[in-house]
Amino acid sequence: MSMCHDMNAPILQVVGLSVRFETPLGLVHAAEDVAFDIHETETLALVGETGCGKSVVASAIMQLLPGNAVVDGKALFSKMDLLKLEEKEISRIRGNEISIIFQNPSLSLNPIIEVGEQIAEPLQVHRKMARRESHHVAKGLLSRLGLGERSLMSMYPFQFSGGMNQRVMIATSMILSPKIIIADEPTKGLDRALARDVAAEICKVMDLTGASLLLITHDISLAGMISDRIAVMYCGEIVEMGKCKEVLGEPLHPYTRALLDCLPERGFKPIPGASPSMIHPPQGCKFHPRCPHKTQECMQKQRIRKIDGDGRQVRCWQY
Amino acid sequence: MAGDFKRMASCKATEWVKIRRLDMRGLRMALFGLLLFLTIIVLAAFSDIFAPYDPWNRFEPFLAPCREHILGTNDLGNDILSELIYGSRVSLIVGFGAALMATLIGTLIGLFAGYFRGLIDEMLMGITDVFLMIPQIPLIIILAAFLRPSFWLVALIMGALWWTSTARVVRSKAMQIRETSFIECSRSLGFSHMHIIFSDILPNILHVIMPKFLLTIASAMISEASISFLGLGDPTMKSWGMMINFAFTRGGFINGYWWWYLPPGLCITLSVLSLVLMGFSLEEREEETMRIE
Repeated sequence: MSMCHDMNAPILQVVGLSVRFETPLGLVHAAEDVAFDIHETETLALVGETGCGKSVVASAIMQLLPGNAVVDGKALFSKMDLLKLEEKEISRIRGNEISIIFQNPSLSLNPIIEVGEQIAEPLQVHRKMARRESHHVAKGLLSRLGLGERSLMSMYPFQFSGGMNQRVMIATSMILSPKIIIADEPTKGLDRALARDVAAEICKVMDLTGASLLLITHDISLAGMISDRIAVMYCGEIVEMGKCKEVLGEPLHPYTRALLDCLPERGFKPIPGASPSMIHPPQGCKFHPRCPHKTQECMQKQRIRKIDGDGRQVRCWQY
Repeated sequence: MAGDFKRMASCKATEWVKIRRLDMRGLRMALFGLLLFLTIIVLAAFSDIFAPYDPWNRFEPFLAPCREHILGTNDLGNDILSELIYGSRVSLIVGFGAALMATLIGTLIGLFAGYFRGLIDEMLMGITDVFLMIPQIPLIIILAAFLRPSFWLVALIMGALWWTSTARVVRSKAMQIRETSFIECSRSLGFSHMHIIFSDILPNILHVIMPKFLLTIASAMISEASISFLGLGDPTMKSWGMMINFAFTRGGFINGYWWWYLPPGLCITLSVLSLVLMGFSLEEREEETMRIE
């Protein structure tokens, strides 16, 4: 597996990405020094609790952040820095090369446009395809996702269930066969069975198109099911990254371990303390106020430790 | 406990019944308005079929209603019923022209201001505020008095002045919709700003623009009538306001020729009523759905 990834050049390289928001309460450090690579056909999961800056990273890559955001760093995609592109150039990339599947599919679809038209719209806009032809393609795609009936194309999002809307969203975001699909909490708010269905759907799509997936989720077991590599985020930083099996099998960072202990099958142990403020984050290692193994060093500085050449790294003084 | 629950349920039920009843009443009002309005439009479109005579034809002046002239004749001997039927054209053209222009300008300005925010918003809303300060009827009177009076001009001026409230309403609605996640989704699919504004946001606020449009037609028709009544309208055109003006200046009121001045007044009232009924019931529906949500 590792050889396979090493041979492929990374398709997306994020280097030193930091995002800050200027708010009346102060500067919010939503993401700091985030760095990761995504290789071809690979699935990378960005895991962390709510509010740790996962979605901000995705929006920053696509330049979808509101005006008060200050973005630093690089996101290299086919020799271009996505963060520096003009609106016109990034519009060409959005949907075409990189697309997002948003959380809450029922709100992410236009309520008064037919489902079929919404799936076909990217084809009409980006490929200048005729309406009839684009609808034909959309129908084919939708039936591959298990919504094959003709009448479904002319229905509205409010007539669909959440799961069906999710499939529509997936179809919309993959109709231009992008190279990277970002799934932003695709299973949030769905029950467990439905979440599993959606995950299976996404896997199917990845196999179908050969696209890479950046999966953003708080559901660490979902990440374990479908991703090749995992990056664990805490308070705007990636604290641990590595192959899925290794990170989940032998977690190094105390936060990863604590997160795994929160799972029901591991005894539901909560992490003591609360998530730190993003406006005044703690000095040194951001996890130190809640860490059982903290030392004097943890409170002053951080360090990133790379473990073997495999891309495994951890942001902790213990190693 | 059970009683509480029952009361709650019945309270909810009556609420729904009330809403349904309101809804039905609104629907009936709207239907009545629509019927009335369609009648007027048909009259205007096929005036030459419905009108018994050419409105410029002269017969004996000051005739009281009789078999040949159902509403009598005026001081020049023109058949008043024919005048009335042909007069609907001017009123409707002015109303529609002014409302179409006002709605178009207002919608565009509102959409751009609400979608782009920031500097564009501030500039456009500044312009809107300036236009809000202009006293509209006096300006129309002055312009109509100085320029050659024509009903096209009146429609144009009204259209150029009356877009302000539409712009504000559309702006606030556009601001609300641009924050929804389906707009973010459209952006993430690489759609251009124009595409998002016109094919994602605009269809979602049509239901706000429609009643505004209808009410603007109504007020434009009233204004046209009042300007004509003041004698600042187009004297070469037969419009309802002009008819009242002639009835007033040429002795129709003093002599009590009710068939001269009453019908045009009634026509103005009825057409405005039809528009207002439709507009209000649309607006009410909108408010009702918002309440339920």
